[in-house]
Formats: sequence, C-alpha cells, structure tokens
Amino acid sequence: MGVIKGVALGPDHALPPGADQDALLAAVGDEIQDKGFVLANVDKLVNWARTGSMWPMTFGLACCAIEMIHSYCSRYDLDRFGVVPRASPRQSDLIIVSGTLTNKMAPALRKVYDQMSEPRWVISMGSCANGGGYYHYGYSVVRGVDRIIPVDVYVPGCPPSAEALVYGVMQLQKKIKRTGTLFR
Amino acid sequence: MSQAHQALQELGEYLRAALPQDILSVEVAKGELALVAQRSAIVKVLTFLRDDANCQFKQLMDVCGVDFPSREQRFEVVYNLLSLKQNQRIRVKVCTDESTPVPSVCGVFSSANWFERETWDMFGIPFADHPDLRRILTDYGFEGHPLRKDFPLSGYVELRYDDEQKRVVYEPVKLTQEFRGFDFLSPWEGYAGPLPGDEKAEGKK
Repeated sequence: MGVIKGVALGPDHALPPGADQDALLAAVGDEIQDKGFVLANVDKLVNWARTGSMWPMTFGLACCAIEMIHSYCSRYDLDRFGVVPRASPRQSDLIIVSGTLTNKMAPALRKVYDQMSEPRWVISMGSCANGGGYYHYGYSVVRGVDRIIPVDVYVPGCPPSAEALVYGVMQLQKKIKRTGTLFR
Repeated sequence: MSQAHQALQELGEYLRAALPQDILSVEVAKGELALVAQRSAIVKVLTFLRDDANCQFKQLMDVCGVDFPSREQRFEVVYNLLSLKQNQRIRVKVCTDESTPVPSVCGVFSSANWFERETWDMFGIPFADHPDLRRILTDYGFEGHPLRKDFPLSGYVELRYDDEQKRVVYEPVKLTQEFRGFDFLSPWEGYAGPLPGDEKAEGKK
C-alpha cells in the first residue's frame, strides 16, 4: 500500500462520515496492524499543525486592542482556533499589530518582530496600522506598519469588529495552508 | 443672575482686592472665572489661591499653552485650578514669548512638574527653576514644538525600516498626496453661495 490520502490533509479534504470514511479508517487501521506506520504528506501535516496553534504576540497599541481583546474573550473565543496570546516574542508565531504605530514605538515594534522565531506571520489590524488612517498626515505617526515589518493580512476597519479579526485569522490560516512550506 | 455666577463674581472682586498689583484683569465669561496674572507673580498668585481660606484651590487640574502668532507676546500659559472645598473652578493665565521663561510652580503644586514638561514639549515655553525640564511626549531626538501654529502638519521626518542597514531610519517627509480638506459645505472653506437650510432663515415675508 502507498500513501493514504485524506488523513492529514486537514478538515477541508476530510471525507464526510459514511461508508467511504469507514473504509478509509479501516484501511489505515489495517496498515498500522500490518506495518506499524502510516505515510502522509509531511508539508500538509506541518501546515495542519501550524494553523492549529498560531500563538500571537500581543501588540495592542490603541483602541483596536479593545476589539482584539474581545476576540480573545468568551464570545468569539479565538482559543477555539488554538490562538492563545503570548507575552513573549520567543514563543509566538504571529504578531497582531492593533492600533496606531507612532514614530517613538516603531523601533520597539521592529525589535519585537526581530526577536520572533521563524516561521512568523503579521496581521495588521485597523486603519491606523494599515496606512496611518486618521493620523495619516500627522507628524508623529508611521504611515502603515508595512513601512517597518512585512505584513501578511490587513484587517480593515476603524476599529475592525472582533468578528473581522477572527475572519482575518482564518484568512491567514488559509494563506498558510495554501502557500506554506517547510521553510519560509 | 444665578447664584453660582454671583459667587464667581464675588470671588473675582475679592481676589482683585487681595492682590491688586499681581492681577491684571478679572473676567467671568460663560459661567467661568478667568484672571490674567503678572508673569513674575504667578507663584505668589497660585500660592494665595491654594492657601487662602476663601479660595482653597488645592488641586491643579491642568497646565497648558496657547499660541497666538499675531501677538507680541505670542504664548499664554493657562493654569486650571479646582477647589473641592468651595466647589469652584478658576482659570489663571500669564503671557510670555519664546525666550522669556515663566516661573515654575512645581513648588506650589507638585503635579505641575509633568504639565510644565508637556507645555515645554508642545510649545517650547521655557519654565524657570523647573527641576527636570525635558521633553515628555515626542520622539527621542525630536526637533521643533508641534503645537506651535508655525509647525507643519506632517512634521519634518518619517520612518522606514532599511533592509540594508537592518534598522529603522529617519527620512524627510515625502507624501504621495498632499493633505486636502473635503468640507465644501463649511462656511469657512470658501463656499460663498447659500448653504442648505439658509432659506429657512430668509423666511416668507
């Protein structure tokens, strides 16, 4: 027997319950009985693991942080996706920049981003983080965090609702599954 | 005339009588008492307002600046005081310019320390005998005083991460689009024609 498809491809490719699924599970069981191991696509397995436990560095800068906190709390509960806020950049895979990035804060943001271990992703949340927003012409505000760090997903809004941020996290999971490789 | 207004008027008269040399003018406008003091006497005036039995303004709520570029002494420093005892508020103003320092009132109200630092940072008004007159809000190494009327809206520098130098670098501001105002209906933006609703004021005669 060769590679068994449909085991580690993630929920998008999983078979629905029924006769087909039963047959597949029986085949997997037989193979383990027979040889003691199963083969699957390693990159798919790794992506499944990565998308299932994205730990964000908390980087709340302004009012958007309140909406970010809402999406962590029990009503929307990002923990369902394995998204658990971390206070240390060494332990995080993701940084959610939520709020106005000022000139004074910009070197600190870059330092935190540089301390994160690879692979790492960035979500820019809200108008101010996306492009300066209301403060675009101000003297003290960075006109978009993408001037400082590379951004994967932009969540628009002022502030974006908690649902919008959850949708942004799901879009990032989709992006990782689609483009993710072992080395980024 | 309401009772509160009467009380403010009386307090103003009392202060004018108590400190005739140090208070230049007293005015009650829109239910608020404002007095203009001599710059050199600000410490004396605030100490009196804090300690006098009829005043008891024990709390300094705020110190801020105002810029009037057309005046000879372009800056005003405004002190807002609160008396919980008398349930009253008072506003004390002094005038100054870029080079004349205002005596610091840190010795009278300790909360004035950071307020005066902020006023220095935003307007560049110097305070004499301040224990630690540094910038408090703006970026490290910032140049200029942003709340002055002649400070450009977008400032002088902007930031970018330089991939070669591996650090955040400062560059002169380069905007892809200039700042524009879109409030065409505002009477202050140059629209001279009739505004929507004007016809109601004309009325049928």
